[in-house]
Amino acid sequence: MRAAALVLPLAAFILATFVAPLAVMLGRSLYDPLVADALPQTLRLLRAWDGERTPPEAVFESMARELLQARREKSLGRVATRVNRVQAGLRSVLLKSARRLRGTPGSGAWREAMIAIDPKWGQARTWHAVRRAGERFTLRHYLHALDLDQAPGGGIVRQPPDLRIYLPLLRRTLAVSLGITLLCLLLGYPIAYLIANAPPRRAHLLLLLVLVPFWTSLLVRTTSWIVLLQTQGVINDLLAALGLIAEDQRISMIYNMTGTVVAMTHVLLPFMVLPLYSVMRTIPPLYMSAAASLGASFLQAFRRVYWPQTLPGVAAGSLLVFILAIGYYITPALVGGQSGQLISNMVAYHMQQSLNWGLAAALGGLLLGGVFLLFLVFNRLVGVDRMRLG
Amino acid sequence: MSGISWERTGRLGYLAFCSAVFLFLTAPILVIVPLSFNVEPYFTFTEGMLGLDPQAYSLRWYRAVAEDPEWLRALANSLVIGFASTALATALGTLAALGLSSPAMPGRSLAMGLLISPMVTPVIISAAGMFFFYSDLGLAQTYPGLILAHTALGTPFVVITVTATLSGFDPNLTRAAASLGAGPLRTFRRVQLPLIAPGVISGALFAFATSFDEVVTVLFIGGLDQRTIPRQMWAGIREQISPAILAVATLLIAFALLLMLVVEWLRRRASAKPA
Repeated sequence: MRAAALVLPLAAFILATFVAPLAVMLGRSLYDPLVADALPQTLRLLRAWDGERTPPEAVFESMARELLQARREKSLGRVATRVNRVQAGLRSVLLKSARRLRGTPGSGAWREAMIAIDPKWGQARTWHAVRRAGERFTLRHYLHALDLDQAPGGGIVRQPPDLRIYLPLLRRTLAVSLGITLLCLLLGYPIAYLIANAPPRRAHLLLLLVLVPFWTSLLVRTTSWIVLLQTQGVINDLLAALGLIAEDQRISMIYNMTGTVVAMTHVLLPFMVLPLYSVMRTIPPLYMSAAASLGASFLQAFRRVYWPQTLPGVAAGSLLVFILAIGYYITPALVGGQSGQLISNMVAYHMQQSLNWGLAAALGGLLLGGVFLLFLVFNRLVGVDRMRLG
Repeated sequence: MSGISWERTGRLGYLAFCSAVFLFLTAPILVIVPLSFNVEPYFTFTEGMLGLDPQAYSLRWYRAVAEDPEWLRALANSLVIGFASTALATALGTLAALGLSSPAMPGRSLAMGLLISPMVTPVIISAAGMFFFYSDLGLAQTYPGLILAHTALGTPFVVITVTATLSGFDPNLTRAAASLGAGPLRTFRRVQLPLIAPGVISGALFAFATSFDEVVTVLFIGGLDQRTIPRQMWAGIREQISPAILAVATLLIAFALLLMLVVEWLRRRASAKPA
């Protein structure tokens, strides 16, 4: 009982300051009342609409009145943006209509007046879009995040190829994360072995070299990669001075995918080395000598005796690096340029620039789900409480 | 004897590879530090620097930072937010770790998962969620908002380091203290705290380093008044990169090395003790 009472304050704190915000965000990816609240009457009337022909006059009249009302309440812009996200091009139709409808036509003439303002009002798909934008609870952000769309008939279809953005980006994020994980393993395994088998004093010194980047500010490290890799940077200067490249052949290694991969590998390498090192430290060097004395070549002894024993470390390090890589934001944002952006950068873009918060939340929700699953695997295989820091 | 020379070549190749990886790990820092003393506003080594000409080196960028009110305000902000969130995170995290280490704790792994979650959640998602939530509560663009956010991000480190110290802790010691008539508070202060102190301090340093280097939540929920050092560097990298950034970076490296050495010293002290 006392144990639970000690944990409770922090648990409550994390729930209030961290979990609740995530829950609210996920709520936003599924729930959006803005259009439904702005066009209640129209949406009610549209429910009875057959979905095929142009809706009846009453729908037009209600739509016109509610658009004018929204314009008066200054919410029209937001409503129009929401509808536009369901069907591109409708924003201007809504804004234009509300502007021109001010001299209200007599009753019975709304339909003609609106179609005269923009013929799109005469098309069924416009009204389908309004109806879908008016759903309070919706999966459309998730569909959008997976490059899917709901057909007017109700089925789910893939977006046309030129509009598929997120799945390719998701694939790229997974591929880059996998590549970085392998790169970290390739670079990290040999040095972890070196440290684990060095005499204590030297091991400690080498471990500090691994820890230095771990502790150094991320922004400092990002700055230094810019200084090193940019076209007028240290490495290009060196190559040019050595005559290895001509002045006009300087290599672009930053503000593209190369920059993202190099800087992220640097950031994540310690997370690979440390778990590997903790496992390797417990493997007695005698095993390898025993294998050698029994006639195994180094490669055989390594493959059959050493490598299998390090698998827990390999799994822990790889999972950790992969989990951290798929959610990485800062480095790609600063040194990734156009081609080096990952899914996190798209979340930030929709949060800060396009202001499509529902979509940002859905993308975040998908990413969070992926990380959560991987974390469960990590917890099963390694255990969070066995994580070593620094 | 070709077998032996193969072995030697392999060994040399292996050591060369390891040296290259260590160079990769430390190169960015080795480059930044000398360049921060560049007298020219360039981000690369000048001929004078390579010739070790004293005229080519200067402290002008350090002076520029020290005289820039924006950097000074950023430093003040970083310290205020860092200290406040570290204090909160250390107190909450240490308590929770004490509870988690007790064998009587129900739902231990679930609780651990919850408390660790801020560390494994991609920070962009945490920041996005906090942006919505803290805006609704009027905490966006305020110091308390950022302090709460950084506390949440820092607590997992305290929980992990203190739990690790406690795993080597003999529960008979608390029982002995209790049987000698010490109340729970006194037992904690006189018996447990001295033993877990290295873990608590390490955790606090981790929490401080987390806050001191955190930029994403500052981008999302901090306003102009709450610009911290990382936020200022972010702006510098994105907008107009000035060599003053290299001076700040060098100072941060020195600070990070200091933190690292303290944590390593504490770790060795803790592990040197008989379990």
